[in-house]
Amino acid sequence: MSASKLTKKLGGLLLTALLLGPAMAFAEYSTLNMTESVSKIGQDMYDLHMLVLWICVVAGILVFGVIIWSIIFHRKSKGAKPAHFHENTTVEVVWTSIPLIILVAIAVPSTKTLLEYEDTTNSDITIKATGWQWKWEYDYIDDKVGDSKGIHFFSSLSKESNDARQLGANKPLPEHYLLDVDERIVVPVGKKVRVLTTAADVIHAWWVPELAIKRDAIPGFINESWFKAEKEGVYRGQCAELCGKDHGFMPIVVEVKSVEGYKKWAAATKAKADKAKAAAAAASGKTYSMDELMARGKDVYDKNCLACHGATGAGGGPFPALKGSAVATTGPVSTHIDIITKGKGIMPPFGAQLSALDVAAVTTYERNAWGNNTGDVVQPSQVK
Amino acid sequence: MSDHAPTGIKRWLFSTNHKDIGTMYLWFSFIMLLLGGAMAMVIRAELLYPGMQVVDPNFFNMMTTMHGLIMVFGAIMPAMVGLANWLIPMMIGAPDMALPRMNNWSFWILPGAAIMLVAPMFIGGDFLSGQGPAFGWTFYEPLSGQYGNLAFFVFAVHLLGFSSIMGSINIIATILNMRAPGMTLMKMPMFVWTWLITAFLLIAVMPVLAGVVTMMLTDKYFGTSFFDAAGGGDPVMFQHVFWFFGHPEVYIMILPAFGVVSQIIPTFSRKKLFGYASMVYATAAIAFLSFIVWAHHMFTVGMPVAGELYFMYATVMIAVPTAVKVFNWTATMWKGALTFEIPMLWSIAFVFLFTIGGFTGLMLGLAPVDFQYHDTYFVVAHFHYVLVTGALFAIIAAFYYWVPKWTGHMYNETLAQIHFWVSLVSVNILFFPQHFIGLAGMPRRTPDYAIQFADWNYWSSIGGFIFGLSQVLFLYIVIKTIKGGEKATDQVWESAEGLEWTVPSPAPHHTFTTPPEVK
Repeated sequence: MSASKLTKKLGGLLLTALLLGPAMAFAEYSTLNMTESVSKIGQDMYDLHMLVLWICVVAGILVFGVIIWSIIFHRKSKGAKPAHFHENTTVEVVWTSIPLIILVAIAVPSTKTLLEYEDTTNSDITIKATGWQWKWEYDYIDDKVGDSKGIHFFSSLSKESNDARQLGANKPLPEHYLLDVDERIVVPVGKKVRVLTTAADVIHAWWVPELAIKRDAIPGFINESWFKAEKEGVYRGQCAELCGKDHGFMPIVVEVKSVEGYKKWAAATKAKADKAKAAAAAASGKTYSMDELMARGKDVYDKNCLACHGATGAGGGPFPALKGSAVATTGPVSTHIDIITKGKGIMPPFGAQLSALDVAAVTTYERNAWGNNTGDVVQPSQVK
Repeated sequence: MSDHAPTGIKRWLFSTNHKDIGTMYLWFSFIMLLLGGAMAMVIRAELLYPGMQVVDPNFFNMMTTMHGLIMVFGAIMPAMVGLANWLIPMMIGAPDMALPRMNNWSFWILPGAAIMLVAPMFIGGDFLSGQGPAFGWTFYEPLSGQYGNLAFFVFAVHLLGFSSIMGSINIIATILNMRAPGMTLMKMPMFVWTWLITAFLLIAVMPVLAGVVTMMLTDKYFGTSFFDAAGGGDPVMFQHVFWFFGHPEVYIMILPAFGVVSQIIPTFSRKKLFGYASMVYATAAIAFLSFIVWAHHMFTVGMPVAGELYFMYATVMIAVPTAVKVFNWTATMWKGALTFEIPMLWSIAFVFLFTIGGFTGLMLGLAPVDFQYHDTYFVVAHFHYVLVTGALFAIIAAFYYWVPKWTGHMYNETLAQIHFWVSLVSVNILFFPQHFIGLAGMPRRTPDYAIQFADWNYWSSIGGFIFGLSQVLFLYIVIKTIKGGEKATDQVWESAEGLEWTVPSPAPHHTFTTPPEVK
């Protein structure tokens, strides 16, 4: 993109903005206050927020009221003569003490809520959330309600949102734009869910406003926090700590089901995982055609690689091009596969996220798309 | 020449004169303000509508990062030092700063630092490819450690630190040694007091910043693991050290602003500053508290609950001395004889809008609710209320208040009125809705957003464009005032008090070569 193109784009955008006004904006003006929570502790936080907000409003009205009074009535143009007072110890003591008393009064409910929030004992389910650039990985590691232990999956931005959010895509924005994922995490209603957060690369933060949970996911450390949803439904959140380029595109979706529904989900998910494992095992020995691998490879690429290497493999910013690069053309296939599975520099390793077939497919795709045309066909058996 | 000053470019390059150096600081900061402002315009253009229209996410992150760094280290801090240079010697009746050659060096390090900070954006010759820092102005590890050209950033920060520390030593030396006979500490103008305290803050925390970036440097290039858990380090330790610098840093930017407003409000209220002594103590109390509250920026990192409780209590305590300041300004206006010249308009706007930023600061200080506010646009709204309608408004007020003394010319009243009112309205359209989108759940530092945040982002952008444009008008006003305008009297303002008003307008190159007597 050249500078003149950017100027043109900005100019065009401003012109549309002025002409159309907010006509393109869809939502109602109802988003004025903090999201109300579906957990009890979240409601306590909300109430505390409202309490302090009103204290500030009242304090503001009093102070601003006095200033406005002075502005209106103590102006020279109305013949006001300046008074001569300029200090008064009693007054100073009084207006130092009043804020202090208010603060102590606020500190009491704050302390109570904080202590409750930090009590992660007696949880029913434990889920580990691992932040990656830029997706979440979930492990169900303990479950006293049903049998979800062992469930493991990655959760990324949904395909519709991902397509619509590309620069200049100009597509109609799907429902739940940027707040939808391919794999939701599912929990039962009314149960205390302990969330362990950690990260594979940089710091992320796991935040779902309606569940009133926000905790940093820090590489090398495990944090714990919890939520307990009192109402079934789908709750959406986002990564809250700047984690690089696609920080804005790694949402979190939690589906709260009845205990029955949750148990069913766990069983179905486990069955699906077993099936996928068997299919992957079978696939690793199979031989695929170029067309099959290219088609699958494009999907894998769009979901995992496009964010940095671009739709045409041209890279951008700190991210190298694949189009015409040595790694994806003249270099050995094994090196190419190694970089995909083990990562390189700031590129995360994809070995744990992709099956052998997916790695083979995306390697084939990268070596043949965008004019790379090496003719190399990489089979799953070549992926170790 | 009677001033013994070289002429042409040498006058500026070799200047040891506090007024010339002050002018250079102020111009430098204005250029940085416009540069950082242009970046803010790109940010608001991308956020005008949901969906990605203007820049890619990496470039967006580079804009937010550079905007923050440039505004904090390039615009606000140097502007305050520029005001200190111009005003402190004149306010205390000194002929110049105590260490004039070091003063020259303090300034001339800055352009080099700024170039080194901005340069990585142009690596490869294509500015738009986004090669600059894109890790946020808080440069949290390990994200910043992923950045390929980290050394540029680290050395730029080192240079900025040298400049600040030397500038602070100079200010302290000047204030403590060069006051006119009779000017005891408790007779100093509030602006001098706030800067004295600010200078101590700077000397205390800039080395901490230099230390933390040096640790980043050795982590990146020499294989240490200060912030890498895999090597026994701790990424959270980075945040503790950074905010041990970072929290006093925000008071470094606001305390001189308090000083400016404490000069202006009494002048146009025709009444002495109410509670001078309590203002001094409140400033010192805020400075002290600034060192012991840093972890309130990191309530979500997983601190022990005892730590969270302590940092919550300590943080909300700041509301007490801050409230005292606001009450004192209010009491100064009470039963005064108010007039509303341009500097007064900006100062009154400061008191209102900074107080709003103070209220949200109190809300953010309460740990259990901060879990919902943290890293959302609510925080963005909060710190822009204290830094834009706080620090920046005070700097602009200071310009209008003292520019007649600096140049000998009055500003153009009509243009200045337009500048104030357009800025006042647009800055609130810009930042007030950000409270709403933050509370509704929009995280900060994202180039795009879900559609429920669309309406307020639209208005925020429109406000942003107008506010940005009105600072171009400010540039025009500044140039126009320097070039000409109605002649200013020596007193300038009817009831302005202080030694700077006893010298001619424009202030001659050297003032107070014989110290005045202060009674």
